Amino acid sequence: MATTDSVMEKQDLDNQGGSSWDGGEAPFKASYGKLMMWYFLLSDAFTFAGFLIAYGALRFSSPTWPVPDFVFSTAPFGVHHAPLIFVTIMSFLLIISSVTMVRAVQEGHRENKNGVVFWMLLTIIGGIGFLSCQAWEWTNLIATEHMTVNVNPFGTHVESGVYLDANGKETDEVFEAGDSYLIHKAGAGHGEDHGEGDHAEHDYTQGDHAGYFVNSDNFLQRKYLVTDGPDAGEVKMQQFGPKAFGALFFFITGFHGFHVLSGVVFLIIIMVNAGSGLYMARKNGHEMVEKIGLYWHFVDLVWVFVFLVFYLL
Amino acid sequence: MGHLSYEDSKKLVYKGLVLLAVVTLIEVFFSLLGKGHVIGGLEDISWLGYVVGLVLIVLSLYKAYYIIYEFMHMRYEVKGLALSVLLPTVLLVWALIAFFQEGTAWKQRRQQIEDKDKEKVEEVKKDDLQGFRKDAATIEFKG
Repeated sequence: MATTDSVMEKQDLDNQGGSSWDGGEAPFKASYGKLMMWYFLLSDAFTFAGFLIAYGALRFSSPTWPVPDFVFSTAPFGVHHAPLIFVTIMSFLLIISSVTMVRAVQEGHRENKNGVVFWMLLTIIGGIGFLSCQAWEWTNLIATEHMTVNVNPFGTHVESGVYLDANGKETDEVFEAGDSYLIHKAGAGHGEDHGEGDHAEHDYTQGDHAGYFVNSDNFLQRKYLVTDGPDAGEVKMQQFGPKAFGALFFFITGFHGFHVLSGVVFLIIIMVNAGSGLYMARKNGHEMVEKIGLYWHFVDLVWVFVFLVFYLL
Repeated sequence: MGHLSYEDSKKLVYKGLVLLAVVTLIEVFFSLLGKGHVIGGLEDISWLGYVVGLVLIVLSLYKAYYIIYEFMHMRYEVKGLALSVLLPTVLLVWALIAFFQEGTAWKQRRQQIEDKDKEKVEEVKKDDLQGFRKDAATIEFKG
């Protein structure tokens, strides 16, 4: 032991003038907790980047991809054909809750307990609002439009043509290459009304029919006559869109939603602690509020990119 | 934080709110413009799609910058902290280039397979063969 002590002593002598290894000095002038929050967020950013880059690679690898402003064009209370409006509202909710979080951190620095609780409460309401919107969006996609992790009824035409009616006769429903369609379930309500309410009269047994095909999951794939390109004159039927879309959508927005959910849980815990005066006693400018604030802004930051790749591009 | 008075930083927060909201609205407008919802027919101009995409990416990066530097207070942190968090993300540039190129290659392979599947092969009669002796089959080796 004596030897060790003398070595330590010698080092201390060498390091006179204050070395970072002596302790008592915060690297980067930030506390341990704050620094680790930053590095956690960095690693989390890589996880999300991995997901989003996978989305990009798979999207580039598909000949067609569901058009976002067609897929995401419904909103609650029977609003249809309103592309991107609902997700814009969701984005605003996150932005606003991010701003109220900044206010909570500012009040924390002033050691204003009531201000912290008030602004954190608004932040939590914003987060819950966002989650509710996402719950509606998912419900609509799953229950009304029948998209799942491995079934994607959102397809895109690659050639121009005209739809056939139930008896195999041409209708006046013309489409062009690049137009999107949603394959409905046979006999089921569409979730919207566009004058095709006569479906109930037809035969929806599984298999091939004159103007449509009913697959084993009861999806009704309409037939159409191709009017241009090398296959002009042929009768084809609607094909399902790229499978990867559903899986990517549910996993990525789900992973983000899970971040929001855990953020809300931690916000509630920290709000209760702040209200009890725990952070006042610590006399460090409500640093815990600052840390959860970093996390909450990160959730908003990720949404900027999820919003970009899933909805805008 | 420390550098600004309470009143000033409060003002900055609401400025940030307006800024992010306006940038988001501009993004949505550009996205719908590119898809032909604002002025019909624009979705058929292919170069416009690239311009709109570029604008959207730049605006999103600006939003990200603003959130990190103002809301997360990165501007007021020590330079070393900012660099240690931000520099590693440069690796993503490599990932973007590599994987998007990979995706494009998958598409080409799929197209190739599809084309090959459609290819019609005609049966070749022995008489049409060139470079072969027409009586090749009759040759017998003896001894």
